[in-house]
This record gives sequence, C-alpha cells and structure tokens, in this order.
Amino acid sequence: MTPSVEVERPASVARPFGAGLLIGIGLMAAVDEIVFHQLLGWHHFYDRDTTRVGLVSDGLLHAAELVALVAGFFLLADARRRGPSMGLFPWAGLFGLGVFQLWDGLVNHKVLRLHQVRYDVDLLPYDLLWNGAAALLLAVGVVLAVVAVARRRRG
Amino acid sequence: MTPVHGHAATTIGLGTPILALAAVLTVAYAAAAIRLRRPGGRGWPAPRIVAAVLAFCAVSATLVGPIADGASADFAAHMAAHLAVGMLAPLLIVVSAPGTLALRALDVVPARRLSRLLRSGPVRLATHPLFAGALYTGSMWLLYASPLGLSLTGNPRLHWLLLAHFLVAGCLFTASVVPVDPSPHRSSFGLRLTVFLLAAAAHSVLAKQLYAHPPPGTTTHEAQLGGLIMYYGGDIVGLAILVVMFARQYTATRPRGRLRGHPSGVASARQHRDDQRNDRRDEQNRAEHLVVGADHGAGDHQGTEHETRDQAP
Repeated sequence: MTPSVEVERPASVARPFGAGLLIGIGLMAAVDEIVFHQLLGWHHFYDRDTTRVGLVSDGLLHAAELVALVAGFFLLADARRRGPSMGLFPWAGLFGLGVFQLWDGLVNHKVLRLHQVRYDVDLLPYDLLWNGAAALLLAVGVVLAVVAVARRRRG
Repeated sequence: MTPVHGHAATTIGLGTPILALAAVLTVAYAAAAIRLRRPGGRGWPAPRIVAAVLAFCAVSATLVGPIADGASADFAAHMAAHLAVGMLAPLLIVVSAPGTLALRALDVVPARRLSRLLRSGPVRLATHPLFAGALYTGSMWLLYASPLGLSLTGNPRLHWLLLAHFLVAGCLFTASVVPVDPSPHRSSFGLRLTVFLLAAAAHSVLAKQLYAHPPPGTTTHEAQLGGLIMYYGGDIVGLAILVVMFARQYTATRPRGRLRGHPSGVASARQHRDDQRNDRRDEQNRAEHLVVGADHGAGDHQGTEHETRDQAP
C-alpha cells in the first residue's frame, strides 16, 4: 500500500520529463525508420559494408527504440495519474527527438558508419541538414524546459 | 528450399494430430470459460476467450492451408509460418491465461496437483526469463545460422517438429517475460525487460543476416522477403508484448488509496469504479495464489509489491 502522503508532495518533475524524453527518442527513431528507410528508401536498415559490431549495436538500438516508445507512454500515463499538473515538462522532454537525431547523425553515420543519409550524392548538405535539424530540435526542447521551470517557480 | 514431391500431403498428414490436439484444447478452454461465465459463476473475461480462439487460428494456419503448403518450398512462407507459431500464437496463448482458467475451473484436488506442478523445479527453470530466452533465441540462431540447422529447415518431415518446438519455446519465452498466469517465482520487471530487449535485438540481427546472406537453396528474393517478414513481423508482435508487459506493470504499480485520501476529496465516479474493479481483481488473484503459493503464503502478492518498488525511480 502506498501511503497517501505521496499526494502531499509536489508532483515530481522527473517523471513527466523522463516520459517525454523516452517518447521523443522512440518517435525520432521510428520516423527515421519509416520515412528514410521505407518511404524514401535513401538508406536501408542494413548496408553491405556494415560491420558486425555495427549490426549488433543497430539491433540493440532498434529494440531499445521500441521499449522507449512504449515505456514513455506508460510513464506519461503514470505521471498523469500521480499528479495532474505536469505543465510543459512532457513537451520539454521531447528534446529527446533532437538527442536521437544527433546520435544517429554523428555516432551511427559517422563513427560506426552503419549507413549514410543518402548514397551517390554529395553528402555534406545532407549531413548539415540532418544534424542542423537535430540541433534545432534540441534547442526547442531546452527553451521549453527553461519556460517550464520558470512557470513552476512562479507557481 | 527445394520442393519435395508430395510434401504438401506429408505436411497435412503429420499436422493433423497436432491440429486435432489444438482443437481439443481450444474447445476445453472455451467450455471451461463459458461455464465460469454462467450466472453465479466466478466469471471469465471475454477478450481472453477471443485470444484463445485467435491462437488456435494462428496455429492451424501453419498446419493447413496455403502457408502450410508453401512453408517447405518457399522461404518467405516458411518464415511467416514460424512467426505465427513462434511469436503470435504464444502471445495469444499467454494472454488467454490458460493456467488461471484451469485453476478456477478445476476441482480442488486436480487444481492443487496443477499448482504443485507449476511450483516444481523443472517448471521454475523452464519459465525463468534467462533460460527461456536462451532456449528461444539459441534454437532460432542454431536453425537459421548454422549448417546443421539449415539442413533441417528443408526437411518436410522435420518441419512440423520444428514448428512444435518453436510453439513450446515461444510460449515459455513469452510466459517468462509476460507472466499473466500466477507464478509464485516471478522474476523482477527489470530482468524481464532486459531479457526481452536482448532477445528482440538478437531477432532483428538474425533477420538482417538472413536478408543479406540467403541460406543455401534459397533465392535472394525469397531470403530478402523472409528477412523482412521476420524483421517487421517480429517488431509488431514485440510491440504487442511490450504493451501487455507495461500495461500489467502500470496496473500493478497504481498508487493505492490516493483517491480516497485525496485532499480535494473529489474522486470521479469512473475512477472510483475502476478502483473497485481493480480491488476485486486483486481479491480474485489472491484467492488463486492461496492455491498456487500455499506454502509460500501470498507469494505472488509479495512479488507485485516488490515490482512496485522496482518501478519507482
């Protein structure tokens, strides 16, 4: 039995924020798979020169993406039933969109070389756009977080 | 795989006893559930009956019909059959909670026997996430990524045996990760989630491997289609497993007594009803655990509270 004392404390910030973060990460990974792998077909989930390590890490990342998406939505529901006033925090957590995009753009594409954004083209504009979009999403998330904290302070 | 003359007849011939067994079990399930649903009975949720019937459909689709006929000759059909029997049917069977139904429907003596069986060492080991996950993932890799295994996939006589193996291994794995039936020795949510994550990763890596390196005797097109079916089909069922897993955890970790002790003192009628329904369900579960965990006290109830602590960050 959880004692009802829990309600007296102000609603936790970490819970809705973490939920938004997980949803953001899972969402961006899903967008990458659906739009770039399936609809545009720019790059595939597997490229012939992908290393074995890259393949395994990609598999883990893919499984983690599914878990993040489901866990995020259930955590959000959990945060909501524990304290209804979540403010902007879940939205601020969506900076996870940028986190994943940047991870994909820098680590997956450049360090692990799992795949590139597109083939047989000059990569530079694509990479700039990809990582620029990631930085923008990150910035929006940070601004939202700052606003959310300020609002919470004001009460 | 190379088509074997008259293999379709062989498949049906060997599949018939399994199909008959599955039909008998499904009818027994439905009969027990309907008896419980009679007025004055203890009740049984209709969605679980639907899940049991759908599980029967998934299994029978791999035994008779176009997928079954094509499974020995066409790698893509083979993969669809394995997905249905190794992932989809196990999830539906686990969600239909046959163990709980049996405990509720059986008389006291056979119910006690069943609960003793559920508590026995071998069953404990077989439904441990680490064991079940290793068995499931290991046999999958052995079958599709070793020369021995690949020589077996083409053999129509072994085809039904492999399907039976994957049905059993799939059920053990799914039940170990999503324990719907009472299990007095339930693993923590964190362990179950980790095992699921590793198994799902191994599944997707194998799918890509098959996509990139067609098994001997398989055309590139067949192998790629089979790999895609394995990859995306596995994703869809995996997503469903995750949703069931988290939904159950969500219910198990709900803050209790919050509404009654809420400062505003206002609880919506709907929430109140939900709360009552959950309490009622808890009571039923506890009653079953008295049967299952007789020597353990309310063993599983402790498990739930343990998980509550796990989930709290």
